[in-house]
Amino acid sequence: MDLGYGPEHEAFRAEVREFLESEWGRDGAPAEPERERRESEFRRKATGRGYLNRGVPRRYGGSEQTPDVLRAQIIREEFGRARAPLEVPGAGMMMVVPTLLECGAEWQKEHFIPPTVAGEYRWAQGYSEPGAGSDLASLKTRAERVGDEWTIHGQKIWTSYAREADYFFMLVRTEPDAPKHAGISYLLVPADQPGIEIQPLKQITGESQFNQVFFDGARTPADWIVGERGQGWQVSRTTLRHERGHIGGADRSLQLWNSLMRLAGRSRCGDSPALDDPRIRDLMVQVLGYLRAQEYSGFTLLTRAARGQEAGLLETTSKLQYSRIAALISKLALQLIGDSSLLAPGLQPERGDERWLNQFMGSLGMAIAGGTSNIQRNLVAERGLGLPRDAPVRGEPSAAE
Amino acid sequence: MNFDLSEEQRLLQDGVDRLLREELPAPRLREAFDGDAAFDATLWNRLCEQGACGLHLPEALGGAGLELLELALVAERLGYAAAPVPFWGHALAGLAIDLGGSEAQKRRWLPRLAAGDVLTSVAWAETDSRWQPEQWSLPPGPSLSGVKEFVPAGREADLLLVGLAGGELALVETADGGVAAEPVEAIDRTRRLDRVRFEAARADPLPAGAAVSSRVRDAGLVLLAADAFGGASRCLELAVDYAQTREQFGVTIAHFQAVKHQLANLAVEVEPARSLFWYAAHVFDRRPAEAPASAALAKAHLCDVFVHAARETVEVHGGFGYTWECDVQFWLKRAVFDRAVLGDPDLHRARTAELLDWGSG
Repeated sequence: MDLGYGPEHEAFRAEVREFLESEWGRDGAPAEPERERRESEFRRKATGRGYLNRGVPRRYGGSEQTPDVLRAQIIREEFGRARAPLEVPGAGMMMVVPTLLECGAEWQKEHFIPPTVAGEYRWAQGYSEPGAGSDLASLKTRAERVGDEWTIHGQKIWTSYAREADYFFMLVRTEPDAPKHAGISYLLVPADQPGIEIQPLKQITGESQFNQVFFDGARTPADWIVGERGQGWQVSRTTLRHERGHIGGADRSLQLWNSLMRLAGRSRCGDSPALDDPRIRDLMVQVLGYLRAQEYSGFTLLTRAARGQEAGLLETTSKLQYSRIAALISKLALQLIGDSSLLAPGLQPERGDERWLNQFMGSLGMAIAGGTSNIQRNLVAERGLGLPRDAPVRGEPSAAE
Repeated sequence: MNFDLSEEQRLLQDGVDRLLREELPAPRLREAFDGDAAFDATLWNRLCEQGACGLHLPEALGGAGLELLELALVAERLGYAAAPVPFWGHALAGLAIDLGGSEAQKRRWLPRLAAGDVLTSVAWAETDSRWQPEQWSLPPGPSLSGVKEFVPAGREADLLLVGLAGGELALVETADGGVAAEPVEAIDRTRRLDRVRFEAARADPLPAGAAVSSRVRDAGLVLLAADAFGGASRCLELAVDYAQTREQFGVTIAHFQAVKHQLANLAVEVEPARSLFWYAAHVFDRRPAEAPASAALAKAHLCDVFVHAARETVEVHGGFGYTWECDVQFWLKRAVFDRAVLGDPDLHRARTAELLDWGSG
């Protein structure tokens, strides 16, 4: 075992640090409106240096680097430390670009990927429906081929950032007579058109990031389909894989832990500092056990990924580990903030300790988004432990498929 | 970055597994569990012949010159198999002599210890769960009197490493007299315990005992954490196997989501926790400043995980799980042993916070 990265990678780390020092500085992001311009300029330079958009070919605006999970990890660590922006956030980079790279037609890659990488095209996901959640393949929104276009009727829900989006990527039923999973296609759809109505949904936190979207004769060109007709289910699997990988990372747990430590460091229990309180210390070390287990397991995942080896069961447990850590941290935070937990957290930047209530509620969102914890448990059981599919739903593909 | 086992480390574990499969089929383990002997002497001798007991000792003195990580990898497999052998105390006494003994003590004991010709153990605990070097109270000196609790294989050991006030350590040869060991009716029948009474026993102090006892304790914590991971991973395996065999409502119970989720939750608890004992062992060998807190954290976390895993596994086995006949009890009881020996999880969580300098101190 060797927890160092070796001379070649340490040299790379030094180079990344130097770049961050000169191109991003120590002050973090400037305030709006300067922020957006500064970030996109920085991203362009970082991509030019091969630090961002590493998996995207140069001809589509990426930096086309040889896969190197250690370099990728070093970049995440160093950018995180400098609080410098990584790739453009959102579903476009996380889901659409990987999917197009794997399954898209050449013209689709040329047309959609470069502006998505640059943050000019924003995307929203049209997967879930009121009647199709965990059982996503039962979705009913239908698209019919009329002349050179698809005409879409139906309803999508839990669509994050739909109002900000330029395009939807969505799953629709195009082959109504085919078996459930074989009747689905993957379409790209312009957001700004008369057949689409977006209604914001107010979330548990009071924010409205997600929406319900009604499609009533919305249209999209015939060749804006990714993959063949009826292949949408398989096409969409590539993207879910990417999202799971992202949500499972130990980096977010560590960030959350660091915030909790800062909170604990300035909180009090009665007359003494919270970190002197034996009960708080005990609870915090319990969380630390889970946190370190995830962090160190991450080193093993990294080692195996760098060698092109599978990590089996361990890979399937990541998201549940993160969800548990986030839930434990939220519980502790409530204890630490005391009666500030009675205040509405609000959404303003100047809010006090009650902002931890957003994490308290947000941790529930994490346990639901990208496959609920119960669906994750099916995945661990079936793919990780080799257990059979549930008895009552024979004839359906399992969560692991 | 390499946080995985090397080929040699895998082979080491495979070798131990092979030996355990040969020497410890289910009926042999059952026999050891129900029998009167303190441990399975044949298995222990073969482990020593294979070099598993002196891995961490210097090559010049009959050992393999390896480190705590290798020792912990063996401990993991012994925990997996619930092996009835006095590995833990023997390994720790050897480590203490190597780290804190005089040249003469090392030359005298380590070759015989590595070969398994001499059985050693640690006499550390005092009443009221006082396991830690800071808590030992027996007065040091050439003649030793007092009582030590929960000494593994205390009656069979030829040599005892005794913890004394001030964190001092001394060797006592049981054949010299003044040592009376009586068996404790202990929960874990794969690792028997004795109460040892010293009356003017001749003691040979380790010159650097007080300087190394804390580090030897940390090694003890890592080895218990490794045993706990091995045991917990076996529980998960037993639970998964049973769920895939036992039929109810016309299908194996592994088809039911309640059972699947119970097993999935257990997997999420157990599988990532392996990294805690790997890490604690690795830093013990390579980054000693990090070792105390990592060892305490690994021990606290993994021993809780093991108890939880064993309980869940009994439950998955239903009524059969509650019988003496069901093998799961070996691990349930082993989990209780790992949890309590050398201090319970609460104590080591408190120590972790202290070692990390939390609060105003």
